[in-house]
Parts: sequence; C-alpha cells; structure tokens
Amino acid sequence: MLDINKIREDFPILKREVNGKPLVYFDNAATSQTPQVVIDAIVDYYSTYNANIHRGVHSLSQEATDAYEQARIKIQKHFNAAQSYEIIFTSGTTHSINLVSSGFESLINQGDEVLLSALEHHSNIVPWQMLCEKTGATLKVIPMTQSGELDMAAFAKAVTPKTKLVFVNHVSNALGTVNDIKTIIAKAHSVGAAVLIDGAQATPHIKPDVQALDVDFYVCSAHKICGPTGVGILYGKQEWLDKLPPYQGGGEMIETVTFEKTTYAGLPHKFEAGTPNICGGIATGVGLDYMNSIGFDTIATYENELLTYATEKLIAIDGLKIYGTSKEKTAVISFNVGEIHPYDIGTILDKLGIAVRTGHHCAQPIMDFYKIPGTVRASFSFYNTMEEIDIFVAGLEKAVLMLS
Amino acid sequence: MSSIQKIQEEIIDEFSMFDDWMQRYEYMIDLGKSLPLINEAYKTDDYIIKGCQSKVWVHAQMEDNKIHFTADSDAIITKGIIAILIRAFSGQSPQDIIDADTAFIDEIGLKEHLSPTRANGLVSMIKEIKLYAVAYQTQLN
Repeated sequence: MLDINKIREDFPILKREVNGKPLVYFDNAATSQTPQVVIDAIVDYYSTYNANIHRGVHSLSQEATDAYEQARIKIQKHFNAAQSYEIIFTSGTTHSINLVSSGFESLINQGDEVLLSALEHHSNIVPWQMLCEKTGATLKVIPMTQSGELDMAAFAKAVTPKTKLVFVNHVSNALGTVNDIKTIIAKAHSVGAAVLIDGAQATPHIKPDVQALDVDFYVCSAHKICGPTGVGILYGKQEWLDKLPPYQGGGEMIETVTFEKTTYAGLPHKFEAGTPNICGGIATGVGLDYMNSIGFDTIATYENELLTYATEKLIAIDGLKIYGTSKEKTAVISFNVGEIHPYDIGTILDKLGIAVRTGHHCAQPIMDFYKIPGTVRASFSFYNTMEEIDIFVAGLEKAVLMLS
Repeated sequence: MSSIQKIQEEIIDEFSMFDDWMQRYEYMIDLGKSLPLINEAYKTDDYIIKGCQSKVWVHAQMEDNKIHFTADSDAIITKGIIAILIRAFSGQSPQDIIDADTAFIDEIGLKEHLSPTRANGLVSMIKEIKLYAVAYQTQLN
C-alpha cells in the first residue's frame, strides 16, 4: 500500500497555490515533480563536492567521479543492463534518439527500410526522416487503430528482409497506449533489424528489463522519473554501441590525440564528449532510488486506480470523448468535450489551479488520424489523489458550462 | 486622445465592473461568440496565423483611408480577445494603428494571453495588424 500523505510531503511544490487555488498537477506526462531528496542531492553536490570528473587527481574530483559513476550503475541495475558502460548519459530522450539516428547514417543504405509507428512523438519521427533523406532509405509507418493501438498484423506484414531499423515508443505520450514491444522486438530481430524503444512515457510507470526485452536501444528522460531536466539516458547493447561512430568530438571521448590521428575512448566515454551534466546525472540516480523505494508495482497499482476512477467520472460528462482506449494504458487520459477547443478548457482549468496539457502533444500525426486539432490531456502520477480528480472533474464541468 | 485610446479606456471601464476572473472570462466568451464572422473566403491558409495551440485568421481592407479588420479563431477565448482587439483597431487610420499600443490588455487582466510563449496566435495577430497598417500607410504616402 502506498502512503499517499507521506508521499505528498516529499514534494514541496505540491503545497503551492496557482491563481489563488491549491495546485492540482495533472501534467505529469510532460514532466514529473521533484522530491525533496533529489533537490537535496543537487544542493549537496554544489555545496560540498562540485568538481570536474574523470580527470582530476584531487579529492573533490574523485568524489564527484565516484558519485557520477555510481549513478550510472544505479541506472544499469534499474534497467537490468548487462554492463554499466551500456548506459550513456545524454541531455534527454531527443538527444538519445539523435545520437542513435546519426550513428546509423553510416550503417544504412539506399533501398533499406526504416519502420516507425503511427503513435510516435515528433522527436521520434523527425530524426529518422532526416536519416532517410540523407541515406536514401525508405520510411514506413506502422498504422494505428481507432482505439489507439498499433495494428500488429500490419506491422508483421511490413517487416521484410529490407527492414534495418524499427522505432516504437513503449508508451504513447498522447494516448497512453502501452505497446507490445516484446513482440515487436522479436519480429524485428527475425529479419536482423535493430530496434529502438522510446521509453520516455513508459519509465515513470514501468520498470523495463532491457535484457529480458532483448531490446537494442532504450531511451528515456530523467525529468519524467523524478529527476532533473537536461539529463537523458541511452541504453544500447554493447554490440550496437561498438558499431556506431562517436556522435560529437571533444574532451572526455578520446584516448589519444595527435594532429595526425585521434583514437577514441571506449564505452561509455566515446559518446560523452565534454563535461557532462554531473550534478544532473547524480540526481537522476537519486530520483530512481526514490521511485524504487516506493516500488514500481505499488506505483502501477495505485496509478491504475487513479486512471479507473478518473475515467469513470469523465465519461459521465455529456459529450466527453476519450481518445486512446487501448486495453493496456498508463495513467493518461486524452479527451475533448463536444466541439469545445482544448485550449479553452485548459485556460479555464488553469484559472482554477489545475494544470493539464492541451494541444497536439507533439504528435500531430495522431491528431490528424482522429481529425481533431488536439486534445486535453490529464496525466496522473503516484503523488496525485482521488480528491484531486474530484476537483479536476468539478473544474472541468465548470469550464464546459462557461464554454458551451 | 486618439480614438483608439478612447476605445481602450472604454474597454478598461467595462472590465473594471467585474469582480473576479470568472465574470471577465464569461464576458470575453460572450464577446467571442458575438464577433462578426470573417468571410469564409478569407478563412484559408493565406490568412492564417498559426499558433501552436489555436489558429487565428485575419483579413484587412482599406475603405476611406481606414482599415477594417475581420478575424476568427477556432478557440473561443482567443476569439474573445480578438473581438476586443478588433474593437480597438478596426475602422482606424493606419497611422493611429501604428502608433497605438496594447498595454490596455494588461489592465483588463488578460496579459497572460498576450505572452509570446502562449502560442495562441494572438501576439502574431497584433504583429499582423501592425504590418497591415504599415503597408496601407505606405500606400497613402
């Protein structure tokens, strides 16, 4: 059981007011809030052992290096990666994807096919379009169904010996659909294609085991899992990371440099040019520890209760339509009410202290599929409460009354 | 005082009668609903201002040396603010429009909607209104 009152005490921001009303934060899919232990870790780093890492002989540098590398090991264990050097620190999910897509420029040829799902966020569409433009490969889309699930039969047909890469999000950011990535990975591997899974929306709710999934690349952002902004994680299987060329040149990523020839450092440093976000990396580890101390099973059970309760209350509102009704979904509800524009609903809810996301959620192809300009998206986290859902539903009813 | 300033003062007076944000927004939503509709012929991509969140269409034409604006939006609150802006700027001379500012929007408590980060198309709409004014003023010179 989850002690919700104790958990809420861990998040100082939840005590604040917005427009004179207690904050109801339902934009967790955009970014999660930060527990005090993570804030403390950031303060502690800059207060006591801020130093550059991996090169200093002095104590501060050693301490900072140890803490940073410990964070990498925490992340390795969390995702059950075989090796800590298979965990690369980046600036975010988008950076992680770009690192992989640019690396594949040298591994993809004209006539090859790249498959991606219709449920992708723009950050998992644009880099691959760029890759295909540069290499002459063809981009193919795995279609979706009305309920917001991937059409797995169409996917199975689309995979051919020409398929070299497959990209799918673990969970859709706009709809909350949990994709059957295990099946997707196995099918892609049957033709020798590599698979990248965008885990940005899954990692706040699910603890993925990258070895059990046999995934080639798994990427996510720290700021959605109680960590700081500006830190991303890239898990890559060693055999793939070895094949990819370095992403950026600079310090940290070299072994020896002469003007004639530079040899690159091994993993993970080959992909971590320059001074990294040291404090951010350390704080990411603390955020994961915090979530693991609650337990992902406990989190999933509680969030599912929130989702069920909110769904029941919302569908009782006249004219409300939920987009994304897959059997497996995370605590995200994307909806519209009648012909009311999502922006109008979001504006009134904000006046009532309720934070939701409105718009196309950086997933315009999904909005085009449903022929809507966007949706209102309420996304829940383990620190939200049933009472907050009541406040949200009452606020929504008020907004609908004003806007109808 | 220019006629634009006078209208702006009137709008500020009207909004000062409201006690809270809800009444202000309800009034704005009513204004949005009563906004004379833009000719459908102008609701095309040629006249669109794309905000990330809501779309705005603006059309302008000159008659007797005054610019007449019509506009529309797919979001009703955005449309309400458009109605206020059109009331202030439509039927005015290009030079007066060029010289006018939009500080009155702050005074009626709608500042947040004109923030450049709001992505509702309104900031671009004001820019567009000013650009039309500059263009028509050039014709007059």
